[in-house]
Amino acid sequence: MSSPVNDARASSAGDGGAERVRSRGEDSTVTSMTVTELQAALKDGATSVDLTRAYLDRIAADDGTLGAYLHVDPETALETAAAVDAAGRAGTGLAGLPVALKDVVVTEGVPTTSGSKILQGWLPPYDATVAARLKGAGTVLLGKTNMDEFAMGSSTENSAYRVTRNPWNPERIPGGSSGGSSAAVAGGLAPWAIGTDTGGSIRQPAALTGLVGHKPTYGSVSRYGLIAFSSSLDQAGPMARTVLDAALLHEAIGGHDPLDSTSIDVPLPVLAESARRGAAGDLSGLTVGVVRELGGDGHAEGYETGVLARFAEAVALLESLGAEVREVSCPAFDLALPAYYLIAPSEASSNLARFDGVRYGLRVGDDGTRDLDEVMALTREQGFGPEVKRRIILGTYALSSGYYEAYYGQAQKVRTLISRDFNAAFDSADGSRVDVLVSPTTPTVAFPLGARVDDPIAMYAADLCTLPASLAGVPAISVPCGLSDGLPVGLQIMAPALADDRCYRVAAALEAAQDAARGFRFLDQLTRRTADATEGAA
Amino acid sequence: MSADKLVDYDEVLTRYEPLIGLETHVELGTASKMFCGCSTVFGAEPNTQTCPVCLGLPGALPVANEAAIEATIRIGLALGCRIATWCRFARKNYFYPDIPKGFQTSQYDEPLCTAGHLDVEVDGETYRVEIERVHLEEDTGKNLHVGGATGRIHGADHSLVDYNRAGIPLVEIVTRPIPGAGAKAPEVARAYVTELREIVKTLGVSDVKMEQGSLRCDVNLSLAPVGGLEWGTRTETKNVNSLRSVERSVRYEMRRQAAVLDDGLRIVQETRHFHEDTGSTSSGRSKEEATDYRYFPEPDLVPLAPDEEWVAKLAATLPELPAARRVRLSEEWGLSATEMAWLLNAGALDLVGDTVAAGAPPADARKWWLGELARRANDAGVELPELAVTPGQVAELVGLVAAGTINDQLARQVLDGVLAGEGDPAAVVESRGLAVMGESDELVAAVDAAIAGAPDVVAKVQGGKVQALGALVGAVMKTTRGKADAATVKRMLEERLL
Repeated sequence: MSSPVNDARASSAGDGGAERVRSRGEDSTVTSMTVTELQAALKDGATSVDLTRAYLDRIAADDGTLGAYLHVDPETALETAAAVDAAGRAGTGLAGLPVALKDVVVTEGVPTTSGSKILQGWLPPYDATVAARLKGAGTVLLGKTNMDEFAMGSSTENSAYRVTRNPWNPERIPGGSSGGSSAAVAGGLAPWAIGTDTGGSIRQPAALTGLVGHKPTYGSVSRYGLIAFSSSLDQAGPMARTVLDAALLHEAIGGHDPLDSTSIDVPLPVLAESARRGAAGDLSGLTVGVVRELGGDGHAEGYETGVLARFAEAVALLESLGAEVREVSCPAFDLALPAYYLIAPSEASSNLARFDGVRYGLRVGDDGTRDLDEVMALTREQGFGPEVKRRIILGTYALSSGYYEAYYGQAQKVRTLISRDFNAAFDSADGSRVDVLVSPTTPTVAFPLGARVDDPIAMYAADLCTLPASLAGVPAISVPCGLSDGLPVGLQIMAPALADDRCYRVAAALEAAQDAARGFRFLDQLTRRTADATEGAA
Repeated sequence: MSADKLVDYDEVLTRYEPLIGLETHVELGTASKMFCGCSTVFGAEPNTQTCPVCLGLPGALPVANEAAIEATIRIGLALGCRIATWCRFARKNYFYPDIPKGFQTSQYDEPLCTAGHLDVEVDGETYRVEIERVHLEEDTGKNLHVGGATGRIHGADHSLVDYNRAGIPLVEIVTRPIPGAGAKAPEVARAYVTELREIVKTLGVSDVKMEQGSLRCDVNLSLAPVGGLEWGTRTETKNVNSLRSVERSVRYEMRRQAAVLDDGLRIVQETRHFHEDTGSTSSGRSKEEATDYRYFPEPDLVPLAPDEEWVAKLAATLPELPAARRVRLSEEWGLSATEMAWLLNAGALDLVGDTVAAGAPPADARKWWLGELARRANDAGVELPELAVTPGQVAELVGLVAAGTINDQLARQVLDGVLAGEGDPAAVVESRGLAVMGESDELVAAVDAAIAGAPDVVAKVQGGKVQALGALVGAVMKTTRGKADAATVKRMLEERLL
């Protein structure tokens, strides 16, 4: 297959004015640079306004097709960039670097909908901690990215607003629920982005668009200001083109926050440095466990051959870097899907109760003829999409008197069993201990748009591999490991709680080895792919 | 408004046995709300004491207020409860505009305090009230229904919501059903709430003002046939916002339920509203189809695990509780149980205590608060503590009488001045010129005038009817407008006439 990367015909912005900032080897256009390259460009004299304009140009040119963003405010973005430049901050830390935020992150004065009609027009009066930290670091907000409504979905097709396409193939889904973020970064419409992951919503879209996506240890990134889907599972994390970029973004948003009671009060492990050390490629002394229940012998049903082949190659590559590889069985992982689809909807049914039309957002039917209950019901009837309603009903049922123990109670027990499986793998004293667990991130590559919208169970299966780490609260990263049918495949690396640095180290080693072997890094040519697809269709 | 059939109270007790239970909500007086930093001050402009957390804005998260947890544990300790070593908050899910999140953060099957008790006394009998649980939750906002005649939602044009109260820490104290109170059930209920209020006040964790809603009561009541084995269906009367109402609502429900049962009908399990004006209750929402609150552990908060040492320290530093204090004061002041009961019923214990602390003899302090001041409070239709006079001022007044500067009659005039805001007693004595007259020229003149003005009386006195002297004393007191000392006047008259 041919590499779609580093093609000089990249920019549809045409004249390439703002796009071209000091040649840095082959990656001569801003929007095909990694963030570390952008940082270097800023230090070399490029301005934040240059970078910001380059991305805004790409957004203007391509987002009509891609559908990555729900809200972009070029004027404010350029003003912010100019202020960073004027203050002489650009190039120090993350200052001056553009970033995109998933629309689940509350941003003061910037529309925030969580992909739902029920929040259309809401202007938040406050910033999420994640947003505040990025703002404080001097980053420039490019815009808010599309997502499945309230982060419920695996394809971004549940957005109440628009379809998002996969930059690798516009007829395919970009993954979800952080599909707007994955499409934006993979398509060169943002250098990196924040996603959130409840059951795989960072890792799965990252895998399906050839990006690095990390779900941090539960409690290590503040949830304050993330519109809650499932409180005991939600975590925000980075989506980026390289492991090092992801680590840098993670460091900017992570760490204790007194506004979130579930935030862990311990220092963040050193992430970017772990990524740099990992890139040196030596994994000797590291033990990697391959989870049998996630695509292994007897558990391969539903996994694409190409995905399993890329996964096996990646594992072999890890071994060649010095890692010791062994198979590990985590029997409770088989129960992760049903447990997740009881716990998450249960919490969601309660979290989404505040959207009643009384205080903010949509209100329907308040014409003086209807009573309170009717107005609330009509508002929710019209404000929520079908998948959200499905999960609210599911969760309400699972929590109801007489069913609680059989559903929610049982699911919590399964959750404990899954944690035990992780503990057994990471902590066992009998020499079978492993440092990380690996699996494919997803059973399949990106599926066609519309393919699973009428089959919720098939849609839910897209999260099969990512759910166990979510339920146990342990960190997990997805890193690209090649293509199948011309579409990206991701490898998932899971580590013990608070050992996020291990994810970055192993992922960086794999990334470096693959770059060397493969000769290309990532897609940045939406326009060519789109053109090809159009030609093909014609 | 009530068309309820009622059975005569004494008759109720010939056929039925009442079972009461009380759920009391105490708003804590913490500086900030339960889960955010907003102020809790009462009476601010609507919706000015709010933030993303207590408005339930998308994405906002709670952080538990440690001072509220401490206050709850102290209440639990004062009630002899077991303090949980590990417990959780839970979400109580239901839709209503005054709960901004669509659920109330409360506690469910893991309360902070359990298994306590409170002994209360009614007419010399002690009743033990078992405390089932004490838990911590957040208050709701307040709905204001505009345009209707009743202030209730029915008939209103529109409704407004004030979220200033939303998120104020609320402690719920739930009793087990209290059996055996019989005819005294209304008084036992009242005595329980009174005693609980005293305890909470002593702990200093709430101002427990029923009229401002910082102490609110729900009264559960059921009747069983005398000698019957099973308790009947209970009703829960809400909106019971004074001690007197607690008593009246129990009495009313006993009479109403007895009439329903006498007619062979069954009691509907429901919430009822108490009406202060009529003393009656009316049906609220029916609990026939009980709301399913879908409680589950609050995932946004970490479990509470009060450190044992901390709890031990809180237990060791509890203040003297009201029951112990009453025993001590009865001894110190030499009061009988009945006298102490009068003080309590008048709500005067603290006032008398503070007056004594300010230097007045206990007997004088009691005399003023239970006598003159109680009368004035009653005339003004206010509670004793609301009178515009402080225990310090009463002590000063007592001191002035003891020193002979004023007499009791003048003291009442001094009180007029104090209540009118004219300053402390000494200042009022000065400004109103109320000091007792010495043997001044003015007094001599008044005495001589009295003798000159009533020759017939003088004749009687000199004829041996010494009691007639009283009329002359009265005349002098009248001309001096009470400022003379009656004993001095009498002596002066005797000197002149006998």
